[in-house]
Amino acid sequence: MTLGLLSQYVFNGLMLGMIYAMVAVGFTLFFGVLDVIKFSHGDVLMVGAFTGLATYLGLEAAGVDSPLVQLLVMTLVATLAMALLGALIAKYLVLPLRLAPPLNTLLLTLMLGSVLREAVRLFYPQGSNPKPYPRLLPADFVSFGSFTLRADSMILLLAGLAAIVAVHLVITRTKLGLAIRAVAQDAETARIMGINFEFIVLLTFAIGSGMAALGGLMNGLYYNEINFGMGLLLGVIGFSAAVLGGLGNIYGAILGGFLFSALQSVGAVALPALFPGTSTAYKDVFAFAVVIMFMAWRPTGLIAEKKSERV
Amino acid sequence: MKRHFTPASAVPALVSMAGVTLFAVLFLHAETQSAVMGLTLGAAVALYLLARFGWNALAAASFAGHGRSAQASVLAGVLIITAVFYDQHFPLLMLASVLLYIVVCLGLNLQFGYAGVVNFAGAAFFGIGCYTSAVLTNHTALPHLAVVLVGGLMAAGIGSLLILPVLRTYGHYAALVTIAFGILFRVFLEVNDALGGPQGIKVPGMEILGWKLNDGLQFGEIEISFYANYVLLALAMAAVAFTLVRRLERSWIGLNLDAVRLDETACAAFGIDVARWKITAFTLGNFLAGLAGAVYAMMTGFVAPNSFTFGDSLILVSIVILGGIGNPWGLSVAAAIVLMLPEKLQFIQEYRLLLYAVLVILILLFRPGGLMPRQVRNYLPGWKP
Repeated sequence: MTLGLLSQYVFNGLMLGMIYAMVAVGFTLFFGVLDVIKFSHGDVLMVGAFTGLATYLGLEAAGVDSPLVQLLVMTLVATLAMALLGALIAKYLVLPLRLAPPLNTLLLTLMLGSVLREAVRLFYPQGSNPKPYPRLLPADFVSFGSFTLRADSMILLLAGLAAIVAVHLVITRTKLGLAIRAVAQDAETARIMGINFEFIVLLTFAIGSGMAALGGLMNGLYYNEINFGMGLLLGVIGFSAAVLGGLGNIYGAILGGFLFSALQSVGAVALPALFPGTSTAYKDVFAFAVVIMFMAWRPTGLIAEKKSERV
Repeated sequence: MKRHFTPASAVPALVSMAGVTLFAVLFLHAETQSAVMGLTLGAAVALYLLARFGWNALAAASFAGHGRSAQASVLAGVLIITAVFYDQHFPLLMLASVLLYIVVCLGLNLQFGYAGVVNFAGAAFFGIGCYTSAVLTNHTALPHLAVVLVGGLMAAGIGSLLILPVLRTYGHYAALVTIAFGILFRVFLEVNDALGGPQGIKVPGMEILGWKLNDGLQFGEIEISFYANYVLLALAMAAVAFTLVRRLERSWIGLNLDAVRLDETACAAFGIDVARWKITAFTLGNFLAGLAGAVYAMMTGFVAPNSFTFGDSLILVSIVILGGIGNPWGLSVAAAIVLMLPEKLQFIQEYRLLLYAVLVILILLFRPGGLMPRQVRNYLPGWKP
């Protein structure tokens, strides 16, 4: 393998890792404030990508054809719409089940994911077919031997990084973030201290879902294609990443995202090399098998959740 | 002497079963969409009215008081339906599928209804049974009854690979293990050429001691659909699985499983071996799923990865939740509704996943116990606390 090809793999892995990390951050935020898993997260990402596409088509129809304006409006509309959707889901589906067994919330959001997926498949015009995504980023590239660095990938990578850093700053440096962390540590005490519990929960869900929308747009812009089923796998991968890193920990989520994409890349490269004749399609089998084994080794992830059972 | 109509009488149970059987026959007979729709709505209204006038409680008490005759009446009901449709393939195929799905869901019910071990890979274990039977019937001369058994053992065996991660993790982490396994299994089938890849493989029909189940019986002019054979086999399997699960639930094993689900810490403090009971429930549940899968593959004659998606696992889970988690009767009714309604109502076939998903969400929000919530154990018939 040449160095160029290797760096291509690494770059691609970084890109995927960034998207996974963005999804995983959402999972970890929700788990932090409410101790729930919102499994429809991947499908919210998919709906976000479709919202972006619909906005783009609307702008085209309205005669706006500057790529920069289109991109900005798409991002804004998709992020805000998904933030709203996330808050609505939290208010009407997740919060009412707060006292029910955690399995119920997991199931409910799994089913909600199916609803979103099926709704897009059935009600978006020709929703069951893959949709081409517009190329809105500059297509310039620089070549280093056999490795080509594309400007659009670079922009996406930086945008993802910026989004994660921004969320991190909000959570660690602002008063709002302090409130989120307080609710995550102890909801009851936070309430006594005058924090509006429901508002903070809804806000957290909005932030996480907005991140998912960004991830969806990035995914669409990177692969230039989206389909209604993409959210399921991305959701499971994001959840795996969050669990690998340790639920409730934002660094863990980022770490887990990159770890999972590394596993996939290793699976894609190493498996055919080690066992001639196996196809690279086994990369997901490999990655998930490692995740299962990893769970047996560290049942609560790399950065373990601090937990004491109250009897 | 004049007999008084007491709640412990067997009559309400038998009348209810007769009504259900009659409805099932009418439902399967209905040809037009409007007839099916009318019957469905009629049944819903009738059920509501019966519940209003206290009939359901009466029937439930009667079922509880006369377990044996109630179960016999259910068997009789299925046999009557089979006899009515003796020469039609489609209704019998559906009936057999429902019965096999009941076996799978009984397994899932053992796992998360009793022991509280989550399993979001039900379709994968069902699929292991299917593929085992496909491979063994195509490549070996193993008797088919043994193939079915091996199908169950394979599912239990492969499931045992997951035992360590399932035992070490709890809650959401454990859910991830089975979800990851379900997806891994499906992807593996799709990329694996030896198992037919995305196209799947053909499976020959079943043969028990020289009796070919795929040959319909013929008595003179009367020709009986070969699916009737599978209905009988599936009915026997469902009856055995049902009895097994009910007996387990009533026994000290069921008590231990319930205790494990409700509070692991307290359980361990009282000397109950949590790991042992989780392993028992998980393995036995997967075994049941594998058994049903092996028969299902031979019945449909074809297996492909597309039948074992994560969505299918979710449908299995929704059957258990819809029926009332922990209640074998409930899941049987739910399996019939979930499988038959979309087959008969063609226009909802396209929307069925959407419909189930919305239905399960509504049930979880407004009736978390399911359609037929599980009752507290009743060791003495008619005893009221």
